[in-house]
Amino acid sequence: MEKKIHLGQFIEKGINALEENFSSFWAALDTGVSWTVDNVNNFLLSVPFPVLLIVLAGIAYYAKTGRKFFTMGGLRKGAGLLTFVVLGLLLLYYMGYWNEAIQTTTLVMVATIIALIFGIPLGILAAKNHTADVIIRPILDFMQTMPAFVYLIPAIFFFSVGNTPGVFATVIFSLPPAVRLTSLGIKNVQKDVIEAGRAFGAKDSQILFKIQLPLALPTILAGVNQVILLALSMVVIASMVGARGLGSIVYQSIQQNDIAKGFESGLGIVILAIILDRITQSFANKK
Amino acid sequence: MTETRKIKLKVEDLTLIFGKRKKDALALLEKGVSKEEILKRTKCTIGVNRASFEVYEGEVFVIMGLSGSGKSTLIRCLNRLNEPTSGKVFFKDYDITRESNKELLTTRRTEMSMVFQKFGLLPHRTVLENAAFGLEIRNEPKEEREEKARIALETVGLKGYEAQYPAEMSGGMQQRIGLARALANDPEVLLMDEAFSALDPLIKSDMQDELLQIQNKVHKTIVFITHDLDEAIKIGDRIAIMKDGIVEQIGTAEEILTNPASDYVKAFVEKVDRKTIITAETLMFEKFTLVKYKKDGPKGAIRKMRTAGVDILPVEDEDMKFLGYVRLKNMLELEKKGEKSIEKDLITEVPSIYKNYTVEEMLPLITNNWYPLAVVAEETGKLIGLVTQTSLIIEATRFDKNEVSELNKQAKEI
Repeated sequence: MEKKIHLGQFIEKGINALEENFSSFWAALDTGVSWTVDNVNNFLLSVPFPVLLIVLAGIAYYAKTGRKFFTMGGLRKGAGLLTFVVLGLLLLYYMGYWNEAIQTTTLVMVATIIALIFGIPLGILAAKNHTADVIIRPILDFMQTMPAFVYLIPAIFFFSVGNTPGVFATVIFSLPPAVRLTSLGIKNVQKDVIEAGRAFGAKDSQILFKIQLPLALPTILAGVNQVILLALSMVVIASMVGARGLGSIVYQSIQQNDIAKGFESGLGIVILAIILDRITQSFANKK
Repeated sequence: MTETRKIKLKVEDLTLIFGKRKKDALALLEKGVSKEEILKRTKCTIGVNRASFEVYEGEVFVIMGLSGSGKSTLIRCLNRLNEPTSGKVFFKDYDITRESNKELLTTRRTEMSMVFQKFGLLPHRTVLENAAFGLEIRNEPKEEREEKARIALETVGLKGYEAQYPAEMSGGMQQRIGLARALANDPEVLLMDEAFSALDPLIKSDMQDELLQIQNKVHKTIVFITHDLDEAIKIGDRIAIMKDGIVEQIGTAEEILTNPASDYVKAFVEKVDRKTIITAETLMFEKFTLVKYKKDGPKGAIRKMRTAGVDILPVEDEDMKFLGYVRLKNMLELEKKGEKSIEKDLITEVPSIYKNYTVEEMLPLITNNWYPLAVVAEETGKLIGLVTQTSLIIEATRFDKNEVSELNKQAKEI
């Protein structure tokens, strides 16, 4: 059948117009993101491996044990994760993928932070304002269900190849849970606590910061956890537009048909994913 | 006594309508259209229907009604958690319903604090931080607010629990935190919305006692909402009974029990244990003839008894103090003997009571004698009324006079 509706052309024209009219904006964004990624990357790489290993293991152990850090009970709780983190990172290091692991971690961190900077305020807005909620919700559905590869095309268009389009596509793909779970957490705060706040003369901002956000925190942290995992799942796709890290190794090994390299780098991503997931989940589960 | 008391809160014609067509509903309501009809025509429900009452300074004013009677809606109009549709709420001199948002925040922060049925505590904060919450909201420095919160916690008996979290404590203790939070603000008015309704009966009773004790110290003006009439009677200085958004009756527990304004109120109060509420003041009759100890001899006493048609009369001395009773047959004997004074046959070993004695307290007093109970003024000892056995028994059994005489008749036949 003959193609009658050319919806894609509208989008293309829109993207073109965005690119042409805001080229300095995209350039500035590119510079900013690249600068951040490079600096975080260089900083993490400048730290000797043993130090980073101890710091990461410490964070993971603290996330699991909290106030029981130095007790036997804490040891029983945190020993498993501690062992996993140490062995996993040693494996990554001695397989020779340490630099790539750091690059991937950096990309995930930067993308997550950007996603949260936008996602949490949007989630608050959606929780407080019904109209905003009605508008935001279908957009989030769209962002999550659109195949992630599609975001790569405008990303290259705006930023050409490199880390920035990778971060851009990753942010779009991983943003929705931050919005959704923030909104859900705030909506689920019990009405009577908010009413008590009002009765004592709390302003809207006081209710938000003293009641709603603290009580929604576990849900918001669950959202952060989801954002991180979605961002990690994007690293291979992002490597197609030039993002560096474990993802690009996986991508290379697909092209070179290298089973050994593909498996090792894939395992590396799994290790990172489990570590990041367990750490953020433990923080989210804390009271 | 009530006339001299200062009015703290005055509610005038307060109406709250839920729904979109509030104006139409209000117009219909003023025309006297029924609640059901208004619901049918405008899809609006009437939460509070032209309620008017006054709350005096330092009293516990209880608003009582079953669920759906509009009592919780009404109390929320006082601090405008619910926005009234029409009517006025005067606090001191100003009308709360006309306050700007800023003034309203100030009122809520400093003048009125609320205690909730479900406590409304913040689970992520310690007991101390919860108690200091109201002060934190009005931006008091940390040290000052924690000091005040500590004092409030001590008042409600939670000293030593400051560092714990609400979830670690029982319902009763959690509500103490809620009460401490309200008291820490040192408000003029305490609004308590079913504050003890979620608690176990025993703990509830403890909390009521404790509230009364605290009230004896702090003398706040308290508006207390409850669905429990026993609770209302126990802690309320005055009670307003609500039904379908309408305030049906306002009065002391005794006034409401002895003189219910409507069938609804009557049905409501029927189950109450009246023995602990009805006092001598209600039961006594105040028109009686007195024999003067020095002035009236046996002859005078006999004349007075014949005029009154009784065979026993109370006696007072020249200071108008109650002395005891004289009986007709004794007086007749004294007269025969030619005695000039009634002194010899004055019966002085009789119980005297004060007017605040309850039926429960009076009943045991009639077991050993058959004299009317003499109600005397506390300061002067002057006789102010007499409570007869008959009226006590009628009150205790809730039989009416005919039933009592019928029973008497039957008993005689047996």
